[in-house]
Amino acid sequence: MKRTIKVANLSRVEGEGALELIIRDGRVARANFSIFESPRFFEAFLRGRRGAEAPDLTARICGICPVAYQMSAVHALEAILALTIPEPLRALRRLLYCGEWLESHALHVYFLHAPDFLGYPSGLAMAQDYPEMVKDGLALKKVGNEIVALLGGREIHPINVRVGGFYRTPTAKELQALVPKLEKALELAQQTGRWVAGFTFPDITYDYELVALHHPQAYPLCEGRLVSSRGLDIAVSEFEDIFEEEHVRHSNALQGRRKSGGAYLVGPLARFVLNYDRLHPLSRQAAREAGLTPACRNPFQSIIVRSVEMVYACEEALRIIQNYQRPERPYVAAFWRAGQGSAITEAPRGILYHRYTVDDQGVIQDARIVPPTSQNQKTIEADLCRVAEQHLHLDDVHLTHILEQAIRNYDPCISCATHCLRLRVVRQ
Amino acid sequence: MGKRLKVAVWKFASCDGCQLSLLDLEDHLLALADHLDIAYFLEASSAVTPGPYDLSLVEGSITTPADAKRIKRVRQLSKLVVAIGACATAGGIQALRNFADIKEYIPVVYAHPEYIKTLDQSTPIAQHIKVDLELPGCPINKYQLLEAVKALLHGRRPRPASESVCTTCKRQGIICVLVAEGVPCLGPVTETGCGALCPAYHRGCYGCFGPKENPNTSALAACFRRLGVAEADIIRLFRTFNAGAEAFRQESLAHEKNH
Repeated sequence: MKRTIKVANLSRVEGEGALELIIRDGRVARANFSIFESPRFFEAFLRGRRGAEAPDLTARICGICPVAYQMSAVHALEAILALTIPEPLRALRRLLYCGEWLESHALHVYFLHAPDFLGYPSGLAMAQDYPEMVKDGLALKKVGNEIVALLGGREIHPINVRVGGFYRTPTAKELQALVPKLEKALELAQQTGRWVAGFTFPDITYDYELVALHHPQAYPLCEGRLVSSRGLDIAVSEFEDIFEEEHVRHSNALQGRRKSGGAYLVGPLARFVLNYDRLHPLSRQAAREAGLTPACRNPFQSIIVRSVEMVYACEEALRIIQNYQRPERPYVAAFWRAGQGSAITEAPRGILYHRYTVDDQGVIQDARIVPPTSQNQKTIEADLCRVAEQHLHLDDVHLTHILEQAIRNYDPCISCATHCLRLRVVRQ
Repeated sequence: MGKRLKVAVWKFASCDGCQLSLLDLEDHLLALADHLDIAYFLEASSAVTPGPYDLSLVEGSITTPADAKRIKRVRQLSKLVVAIGACATAGGIQALRNFADIKEYIPVVYAHPEYIKTLDQSTPIAQHIKVDLELPGCPINKYQLLEAVKALLHGRRPRPASESVCTTCKRQGIICVLVAEGVPCLGPVTETGCGALCPAYHRGCYGCFGPKENPNTSALAACFRRLGVAEADIIRLFRTFNAGAEAFRQESLAHEKNH
């Protein structure tokens, strides 16, 4: 017997994609998560551009997480130049990244994901019944954007990031103006955690291989080793020894996998589980109050993890601002030399890998970019099979709904992944 | 206040940033939503109301055969079409392919070129359909978007800003990075709209709002040459997010001949 469910254009995801689920004789035969976003060929046109242009150019891969692209780009290029970036500039980069996490997570929690749990088509529709919650979400998002706008010049495609540091560093007074806003945001983020912890979660867990950065002192943003829940512990420069991307027919985005074949999961859940003990006290408390522990393996609870990370972003931003002393120089001068360098930073959706080869003039000869959504595609497909198996008794409308929700657990960024979503379920 | 405008937001090849600008209007979003019937906005809502639409905001450039057909349908369904952002108005960063051979591009990224359906040019929306208004920028200025939507809501023509980044810079009292520090800056030939951000942060404008009206790009390029900027770097300067905009395209091609 054949059963077919189609969702032509998946909504509340960043970009365009589709899903096809084939059910044959009451069993899930296959799930194809396909990304039909048009290819934009970044790795190709980066060849022949100056390394110094990479942060501005690669930011345009994604309007939701441009800071992530800029951070991975500058760290990879600085690895070639063996530049040591002084602590105050590194702290400012973390602060910028905290702004992006806050902005991106607030958008996802309130506008893209919470409507699924409460049965609304959008955050704006949800605002009719939950006006205060949606206003809180907008307030959180705004504070995140204000951090990015102050440090980066503007929220989308910031202009202030360069290899070696920044073009201009903020004054202590400019940063102090963010403090009362961040204190308010911290409260709102804590409140968000309590709110989403009360949602009803499908009882689905799976022993994923979780992959994230891990740093000796801090919850990971820009630095650390790459670790996994199955004991992987490598330098980021070894990424391509362990992981690869596969080009499958049904998608314009390459799919990440372990070279040994397995799917893995990157993103907030992986970061949280692997770095729980690096959280600041209030974010750890927020997790405890929400009943979230490092044992969590339920992808639907990623909405709680995002709330906890919003608390962390506020705490970390406040800490950085309180310790801030304006550096003497906004950047360390870069003297180009030939070489290859790579870096991984933690985009809101998970690890983002960049690798560049430049010549002695600093002109890019080769570039490789592996965004988080590409890496999660295989896991998303596997999740869809598992979720569908458990919900085959549902009619097509409800089955489709829960499958879409399962995709949104990953906050997939399709614009990034093609550098996805149309849902189609075929029951045979 | 007139009737609620029925609005659709469409995405073509892009980074999603310009449509995100709509959601980034945090303080105005809920008020705006009272006056707009957001009938099609996949990034924000799974509720879809079929057309026709009073207003279509179109993000992204045309890069595939399917999209070249889809944009025609958008025009048929829409009373007004506003192209938002550098991808929609100039082809975006992906228009760098227009200066290269796409057949050489595909294998750099994809193992199976035969799976990929793409056009050899990335083109702006106005090259395919009649566009009623263009908002430049990579990304657009969200307040220019708000102003445009408000104007259309009230049935008046939006006020276009047409002057160079230089004018904004002078008005804000920012020291000229080109004159004072010899930093190459596209401010003299670039449409304003960003608030002269780059000079305010001590760097040269990189032209993300595209060419202003009647830009004297060759005079500026000559100035860059006097500063010691190599021909290859002059090409790179004009060839970024608005590489496909006619004035920037022509200027970059002129230097290719010298290069």
